[in-house]
Amino acid sequence: MLTRRIIPCLDVKDNRVVKGVNFLNLRDAGDPVELGARYSDEGADELVFLDITATIRSRKTIVELVEKVAENVFIPFTVGGGIGTVEQMDSLLRSGAEKVSVNTAAVENPDLLAEAAKRFGNQCVVLAIDARRSKARRGKWIVTVKAGTEPTDIDAVEWAARGEELGAGEILLTSMDADGTKAGYDNELNKAITDAVNIPVIASGGAGKLEHLYDAIVDGHADAVLMASITHFGNYNIRQMKEYLRDRGIPMNL
Amino acid sequence: MIVVIDYNVGNVRSVCGAFRHLGYQAELSCDPKVVEGAWGLVLPGVAAFGYAINALGPLAGLIKELAQAGKPLLGICVGYQMLFDKSCEYGQHEGLGLISGQVVPIPPGRVIPHMGWNMVRLGEDMDLFARLGKERHFYFAHSYCAKVSDDQARIAYTDYGFDLVASVQKGNIYGVQFHPEKSGNHGLEVLRNFHEICRKAGT
Repeated sequence: MLTRRIIPCLDVKDNRVVKGVNFLNLRDAGDPVELGARYSDEGADELVFLDITATIRSRKTIVELVEKVAENVFIPFTVGGGIGTVEQMDSLLRSGAEKVSVNTAAVENPDLLAEAAKRFGNQCVVLAIDARRSKARRGKWIVTVKAGTEPTDIDAVEWAARGEELGAGEILLTSMDADGTKAGYDNELNKAITDAVNIPVIASGGAGKLEHLYDAIVDGHADAVLMASITHFGNYNIRQMKEYLRDRGIPMNL
Repeated sequence: MIVVIDYNVGNVRSVCGAFRHLGYQAELSCDPKVVEGAWGLVLPGVAAFGYAINALGPLAGLIKELAQAGKPLLGICVGYQMLFDKSCEYGQHEGLGLISGQVVPIPPGRVIPHMGWNMVRLGEDMDLFARLGKERHFYFAHSYCAKVSDDQARIAYTDYGFDLVASVQKGNIYGVQFHPEKSGNHGLEVLRNFHEICRKAGT
């Protein structure tokens, strides 16, 4: 039976892992390679590295980081942040990433998803969606871009379904309302998206307690749960998370 | 020495790095002389089938010839899928035809791609799975799967609502649908076993 996945997320800025609340007030959480190796040893199923600066200079740094991670960590990892072309994806995959995630660039140029899937296979292509509840849309979610700073008029659920059609093989779904709050995932959002697509969905944003992970899987139908603050700052280790979920009947790789 | 075939697709470096991490000599190469001189070959692959088989180009013929002459070969993921006769991922493509079967979409009615860690039931007394016991979790990431016509070649299965073939072996030719280089310590054990198979064949 396919197990549910626990995925620590490492937001990288200037070669350090950082974490904030609603993408602001960043705190230092350590060295990306060391932290990645530690999570792998603790039993993480996958890792996600996000280059949150995404400048021309940081793109070079992130390729070097991916090479270092791949030499030390033998579990799959996804890299994202500012990726805009198939060539950039190619260099990250060749450096050892298993998957690449695209966000703003896919909104600006949806064909990117199709091009990438045709070359790398859809299992390599992760569509990252930063969704925010919109009062104007009566609580429905809109897609935001540029690290959540710019709202669009695109409906998040429709975009997820379109992304699947175009060639995305997975969705990394972040609730911008819940991100960094530790108040729980937005499981209405998770369920709306998992119901609309047939590809795996990683729930992200809001993990603070072990029961939040359970709720995202059971109520939100998430295939995987992503977290940052609660692992980086030592609240829980990965093993505790997996044992908690396993003891409640969720299939885990333990 | 093990040679990991370098053919311009993703993840070739991770496979090479995993062997080196285990303390073994491994080289990334597409030079026919280096390929011919290897104890054993690994054909990795993170790519769509058509892109991968085209990228392999004339090396395909050499790999097939060497494998048929007895050199150990391990195909991983798309490298595994290329061992079969053909695939229908984004068009019709010929494979290496080393093991009879074809690559088809995972049947609908479940989440696709098959992505994540799944329990693999390992065939008994298989040298590729030495010391791994009856079953272990390995990491999968694929939307197409092999329909293996050669009954004797299937050596491991995983349950994805149907029995999905996770590994094949026909003599010196091995293939795994999962990623041993990304499956933690148990994955590394598979690569260690393949190295042992190559060492025996090469000395």
